[in-house]
Amino acid sequence: MKLGIPREVHPEEHRVAVVPVTLARLIKAGFEVIVETKAGDRADAHDAKYVEMGATIAPDAAAVWSQADIVLKVLPPTTAEIAQLRPGTTLISFIQPADDGDRVQALAATGASVIGLDQVPRISRAQKLDALSAMANIAGYRAVIEAAHHFGRFFAGQMTAAGKVPPAKVLVIGGGVAGLAAIAAAKGLGAIVRAFDTRLAVKEQVESLGAEFLVLNFDESGEGDGGYAKVMSDTFLDAERKLFAEQAIDVDIIVTTANIPGREAPKLITSGMVESMSEGSVIVDLAAERGGNCQMTKPGEIIRHHGVTIIGITDMPARMPALSSRLLGNVHAAMLDEMGGGEQFTIDLDNEVVRGALITHGGTVMWPAPTPKAPSTEKSYAKDFGERPKSQIAASEATAMPGQKPGGNGLMFACLVAMVALLLCIGLWAPPSFVGHFTVFVLACFVGWQLVWNVTPALHTPLMSITNAVSGIIILGGMLHLTSGDSTAADIGSTHTTAVILGAVAVFFATINITGGFLVTRRMLAMFRK
Amino acid sequence: MPPTLATIVYLVAAVLFILSLGGLSRQETARRGTWCGIVGILLALATSIASDGVTLYGTVVLAMVPAAIIGAALASRVQMTGMPQLVALLHSFVGAAAVLVGFASYLVPHAGDTMTAAELIVHHIEVYVGVGVGAITFTGSIIACLKLHGTMSGKPLLLPARHLLNLVTVIVTIVLGVWLVQTDDVATGVMLLCVATVLTGLLGVHMVVAIGGADMPVVVSMLNSYSGWAATAAGFMLGNDLLIITGALVGSSGAILSMIMCRGMNRSLANVIFGGFGTADGGGGGMSDEPQGEVIALEADVAAQLLHDARSVVIVPGYGMAVAQAQHALAEVTRILRKNDVNVRFAIHPVAGRLPGHMNVLLAEADIPYDIVLEMDEINSDLPDTDVVLVIGANDIVNPSAENDPASPIAGMPVLQVWKSDMVIVMKRSMGTGYAGVGNPLFFNENTRMLFGDARDNTDAMLRTLRP
Repeated sequence: MKLGIPREVHPEEHRVAVVPVTLARLIKAGFEVIVETKAGDRADAHDAKYVEMGATIAPDAAAVWSQADIVLKVLPPTTAEIAQLRPGTTLISFIQPADDGDRVQALAATGASVIGLDQVPRISRAQKLDALSAMANIAGYRAVIEAAHHFGRFFAGQMTAAGKVPPAKVLVIGGGVAGLAAIAAAKGLGAIVRAFDTRLAVKEQVESLGAEFLVLNFDESGEGDGGYAKVMSDTFLDAERKLFAEQAIDVDIIVTTANIPGREAPKLITSGMVESMSEGSVIVDLAAERGGNCQMTKPGEIIRHHGVTIIGITDMPARMPALSSRLLGNVHAAMLDEMGGGEQFTIDLDNEVVRGALITHGGTVMWPAPTPKAPSTEKSYAKDFGERPKSQIAASEATAMPGQKPGGNGLMFACLVAMVALLLCIGLWAPPSFVGHFTVFVLACFVGWQLVWNVTPALHTPLMSITNAVSGIIILGGMLHLTSGDSTAADIGSTHTTAVILGAVAVFFATINITGGFLVTRRMLAMFRK
Repeated sequence: MPPTLATIVYLVAAVLFILSLGGLSRQETARRGTWCGIVGILLALATSIASDGVTLYGTVVLAMVPAAIIGAALASRVQMTGMPQLVALLHSFVGAAAVLVGFASYLVPHAGDTMTAAELIVHHIEVYVGVGVGAITFTGSIIACLKLHGTMSGKPLLLPARHLLNLVTVIVTIVLGVWLVQTDDVATGVMLLCVATVLTGLLGVHMVVAIGGADMPVVVSMLNSYSGWAATAAGFMLGNDLLIITGALVGSSGAILSMIMCRGMNRSLANVIFGGFGTADGGGGGMSDEPQGEVIALEADVAAQLLHDARSVVIVPGYGMAVAQAQHALAEVTRILRKNDVNVRFAIHPVAGRLPGHMNVLLAEADIPYDIVLEMDEINSDLPDTDVVLVIGANDIVNPSAENDPASPIAGMPVLQVWKSDMVIVMKRSMGTGYAGVGNPLFFNENTRMLFGDARDNTDAMLRTLRP
């Protein structure tokens, strides 16, 4: 099996599919490798290095394309490259099939098998094959570095003898790999970082990097198939725009990473928001290739608008070619391993990873493959945040009051009426002494209510036994009848004696309660230790 | 002692009681809370004895000394597993005292005071309510105590037309009450009070008899609440604010505990009191599709080895652990595992056991540190990462059909999701169902192992294997 590595034809593309350090792995797996001369020059991988690691150097691209069984590339092939693709061979590269249907048709027509590195399904097993994440990671980091380059201040706040420097405030939109990498980089430079994503599963990850996760007061999760974001509803977008408008005034740097696969990037930052930013601010638009998240973005360019620098560079990973190439080489090698290595290289349609990434095979278009399942971490807004939709609040209140169904408003109303009537009766007819006690009673109920909700569940049994002991206070009721009284009248005397006996028995019972209750409580509490 | 001073001391006592309940909100302050309660009640007692109202000191001593000894004996002798019975028994004493105070107060209203007609009517109502609530508390608690003690079957006893029976009793009681308010004749009044006591007492018996064993935590906390209201009623009769405040505190505390228990089972209070659970009419749904399959049994030494080799272990105790008194052996197992760097934690379901917080008390008794004892909500998210879950004498609280099977009688009840862990070892006496009478598909899962036999014997056997 011969692997061919042509030089990338795009003038700005500095990367190469495989760097010399990865070659050893490929040769060990049973491949022969042909590299076009100067393929890796721009990524610090010179021909001599390739030769040293066991590759053959071909004088031009045609030699590579004509000899290789498997061609490894970075960018999607150009028309000229497709023309050189031979039937029965394999091409592994970024393809971006959703962007260019004609290219996919042209690829299919060659009869070659094409694997799109950007189409590898996002499952745990395929993580080492995830070229997009590897590149996004670099892009996110580089985005912050570019921003820092154009931003005229420190990222970290400082108190210097010459005055105070406020820290930069960075807003990262989109919490994917690129977004998280940007958060980490900006945080590392000492900025105050905020992040927003429509998918709530991201909140934890954002917070784990030390950034603040911004929330909308809205119930919709943006988790689509395979862990990518999906298109959101209009009301959601309105709320989102409002949030961004507020943030734009406050922050110094915005990094946007909002991409929806196969679609134009959503316009999140309007020209009005750009103009509301303070002079010297920077926007880095990592979605520039798909039109940009910012209305003003010019893909591939860095422009200034109202004193705000808008960076629309589309080749962030290519700006760190040595690193990008090294990681891409590993992905290519892993993909070749997945397909059987040099000895048993096959295109196995039952292999979930290969099938997912397969664009064309045997003359037909295989893309898109059946979609993978949604991630299990999916959460809704309602579960994660205090701001719950109305229907849920109603439901939870219903559970908070046993005995009342969600539809029990009528019952509640009846209770309310009864209560008002009772209070009216008491107010109109009850003797003043009673009203005084009644006031005390109602207030005490509320105090008890407030107190007991604070009790930790582990102490519920001690609580019960202490309230039990305390309710032994009824002893006072018995006690107050233990009086010699006024026994002048005979008949009163006899009822009096009865009352004394009853009172004494009550005192007896209540005393058992008090001593028993308190001792048991103390015994129980003595056992709780940390 | 002048009455105003007495009132002030009562106020201090009331504040102390509030502090006492407040102190129980955290473990650290709980002991101080108890002291507040004790000081409060001693102050109140001293004040009432010193007041002009109490003169028969001999009788006071005669009634209090033996009672104090009995109370102390009960409290120090009781086993921690017998705590639910004792608490229920103590509730019944408050009920009894309330009934007696009610009668005494009817005979001698406010020693020496004269009342206006309206005040007398209000007083009679207060007496009547106090006696009624007291009687319900008294008999209900006795029945609850007997059920918890095992003297009476835990199964609900359902008389035909029991709701109608209850309703009729309540109506008759109210009619008698109206009669009592209107009569001036003390003898008739006493007679009416006696009849009412018997009626409400029967009501209490009937109510608790109809409730299944699994719902006892709710019943006990409800009776706790009643004993508070009984004290409040007594406070109204005697015009004593301290009694009113204390009663209200206890009453609301019990009511909240009942609510928490009900929420733990995802049921309404009405549903618990009026049955429908662990009873024939409610359990039918899930019984028909009894889970089927092979269970995989193992021996205690294998189970011990599994625990020993695990990195993280979660232990789920239930009433079975309390019955078998396995908590001390379990604590020893925990200590050995923790010494071997196994991350051992306990998961407590809100309705595990027969009292609110029952399991916590038992585990604390066995010297298990409370910071490894977690609530359901705290631990559920960790269960998928747990190597071994050990379920000891629990059933319904780990039943997956509460989440998976909408037809199950316990559907919607929050449960510990033990089945998400790598392995579950269930310690159980037999394949019998829990109190809910619902089959448990957990036992048939392929990552579940059954360890049959007495929880205590099995834990001891595991301990022997684990000891070096």
